[in-house]
Amino acid sequence: MCLALPAQVVEISGNDLGVVDLGGVRKEVSLALIDDVAIGDYVIIHVGYALTKLDPEEAAKTLALFEEMGTVETQLQ
Amino acid sequence: MGDLKEGAARGMEPRSGEPKSPLPMGRGLGGGGPPMSAARKNYVRPLDFKQGRVDMSHGSGGRAMAQLIEELFAAAFANEYLAQGNDGALLPMPAGRVVMATDAHVVSPLFFRGGDIGCLSIHGTINDVAVMGAQPLWIAASFILEEGYPLADLKRIVESMAAAAREAGVTVVTGDTKVVEQGKADGVFITTTGIGTLPEEGMLLSGDRARPGDAILVSGTLGDHGMAIMSQRENLSFDAPIVSDTAALHGLIAALLATGADLRVLRDPTRGGLATTLNEIARQSGVGMLLSEAAIPVKPVVAAACEFLGLDPLYVANEGKLVAICASADAERLLAAMRAHPLGGDAAIIGTVHEDAHHFVQMKTSFGGRRIVDWLTGEQLPRIC
Amino acid sequence: MKYVDEFRDGEVAKGLATAIAAEAKPSRNYSFMEFCGGHTHAISRYGVTDLLPANVRMIHGPGCPVCVLPIGRIDLAIRLALDRGVILATYGDTLRVPASGGLSLLKAKARGGDIRMVYSTADALKIARENPQREVVFLAIGFETTTPPTALTIRQASQEGLKNFSVLCNHVLTPSAITHILESPEVRQYGTVPLDGFIGPAHVSTVIGSRPYEHFAEEYRKPVVIAGFEPLDVMQAIRMLVRQVNEGRAEVENEFSRAVTRDGNLKAQALVSEVFELRRSFEWRGLGEVPYSALQIRAAFAEFDAERRYALTYVPVPDNKACECGAILRGVKKPQDCKIFGTVCTPENPMGSCMVSSEGACAAHYTYGRYKDFPLEATA
Repeated sequence: MCLALPAQVVEISGNDLGVVDLGGVRKEVSLALIDDVAIGDYVIIHVGYALTKLDPEEAAKTLALFEEMGTVETQLQ
Repeated sequence: MGDLKEGAARGMEPRSGEPKSPLPMGRGLGGGGPPMSAARKNYVRPLDFKQGRVDMSHGSGGRAMAQLIEELFAAAFANEYLAQGNDGALLPMPAGRVVMATDAHVVSPLFFRGGDIGCLSIHGTINDVAVMGAQPLWIAASFILEEGYPLADLKRIVESMAAAAREAGVTVVTGDTKVVEQGKADGVFITTTGIGTLPEEGMLLSGDRARPGDAILVSGTLGDHGMAIMSQRENLSFDAPIVSDTAALHGLIAALLATGADLRVLRDPTRGGLATTLNEIARQSGVGMLLSEAAIPVKPVVAAACEFLGLDPLYVANEGKLVAICASADAERLLAAMRAHPLGGDAAIIGTVHEDAHHFVQMKTSFGGRRIVDWLTGEQLPRIC
Repeated sequence: MKYVDEFRDGEVAKGLATAIAAEAKPSRNYSFMEFCGGHTHAISRYGVTDLLPANVRMIHGPGCPVCVLPIGRIDLAIRLALDRGVILATYGDTLRVPASGGLSLLKAKARGGDIRMVYSTADALKIARENPQREVVFLAIGFETTTPPTALTIRQASQEGLKNFSVLCNHVLTPSAITHILESPEVRQYGTVPLDGFIGPAHVSTVIGSRPYEHFAEEYRKPVVIAGFEPLDVMQAIRMLVRQVNEGRAEVENEFSRAVTRDGNLKAQALVSEVFELRRSFEWRGLGEVPYSALQIRAAFAEFDAERRYALTYVPVPDNKACECGAILRGVKKPQDCKIFGTVCTPENPMGSCMVSSEGACAAHYTYGRYKDFPLEATA
């Protein structure tokens, strides 16, 4: 049950509801499961609920790790 | 649509030998009759297109039905064949070979961004005839109306059909109307049948003609229609500017045929999307296919909407796109012709045909791996997982 | 799509493929299990296997909650719709799962059951509010990712005083399933698989955090790398697992650091404990009874528990005898090893849990990969 997407919060209404945007598609979702969310934050959405915030710094670090070409050990192999 | 008095209303004389009947009667409305302008009006007041609704009498064959036909259908479609006013339209024998196609349209919602069930039905049938390489000429349209359906909406649909037919240069020559009780139809169901002609000589475009080495092209972005519909269905609402691509493709097809390219197959990938159409052709022709995911055009917003709903754009319906298979030497020429046409601006070469006893449609993913693009399993239900 | 497209970049994939091939020692094999159905789907859909060296093999685990939902539980839902006339709201995935008597929820719908697909539990609540004279039951499935939304919905229904809404709860737990695979007596029957490590679920982990996996890594000496859902995440996680194996480590590492922390989402966890409690045992299709692996609704919310509300009795239903799902879920057999794979058992006519949803090992192989079983007659 894992299909979840990162989407940007573009509106926060009352009642723990908000609107997120993914690639131009907007949907109303529930923000009830997270605290301290602001417009512009990215959240992970699953079955209509935001589960957690996405950390942009960690995302950048992860992308950088992908490009890392291996440890010294393997380069010597 | 039963028999019509429209011809009489436009001052055309009824055909000789017909019994003249002053009043329309049941299903057997006599052809012609005295010109409307001279005869007393058969209807006490015109149909209320603002507040009125379809009721059972509109399908009963009586006065109410005749009025609906005259004031709505005949008025909108107005042409010489309908004006004959008979149960069947008498058509001239066309030259060459005859192609016929039929479609039922049950789309819901009836109105969507970019179109409605009316123009969709005309485009769909034109396209079925045109992908055979035939010139579409005539259309028959039958309507099943639900009791209670607002006449204002029905008028919009019929006028949309008429406009689509006029723009495409095809004629709605005959039709029928029935009304069913509330709850037995989704507002309006439309069935259209189209006739077109092919020259006597010349190769037929056919699903069994794809050969190893051939190129596979699409005329534009995929998934627009299906996702435009999804965005309006109950339980799935999102504000994405996705517009249905519904369009008549016979002009584009004529341009492709005019290039002289060695075209083998033309299809429009409607229900089941590109994947279904290609699997059908692969099986019919006894070949395999290899696609390049990176080459397949999908609008970013359609891709995002598919992500949201767990759908695969390759399986989503299109109503204004073509799949074309041609000899590889002609691929670039065909691509240029597509791109030069207003409906083919985003055309692309997306793959090739090869020998494969299992008829798999394979795809090299943008990621660099491979997968097959299989037949649709059941109805494409959105994934949650 | 930001935070999506960058993680699917084919050029970066090539670099990662080279890196993995360089780090994987040619002298040995590596077998990793990706637990989560979403990972199985990503691997198949993007063709990740093609980018791995031959000695690195992925085994598809039982992390597909639709696949492991027993026939008997679907029967309960079908009976509620057909016999009790409830409006049954369900996620799309469950509609095709075959149940007893040749029925599925989709087929029951064709027989007149009022069965409605929803994208969210919020939609199910909406249906209940809009139909006060009808009973509405939500068929809840899923691992820890999907449980907090259900918990929220039950609490909301309680706060609103809804009188016509309940949930048929089939929520299951990830760590127990992994333990079961590594430990249960059946594994001895089928034979243990030299599993070298696990790719931990992505979104389950955003809720439960990385901490619960520390137990496995320590107890069973198997490395766990929590990976995001995109194919580059999966490849990076495989690289990290290969590295751990080479270095003799058995730790929990977090590749999905942009969304997973050690503690997880405490607010969601608290909500789940408020509404749910552990079941002593629950049947998993293909795995049998698994202790402390599933949740039930607490007594405080009894009126929202469909099992209590309708006094439901669970009747287990065995799978087809030829079905090899049990062995496949443990990685002991491959889909192609099953006698009925692709013949009797297809996505159109699934016989067992692995074929039921597009993330099951058999369905994923059939839909995306079965061309590999035949020699390719043309390459391009």
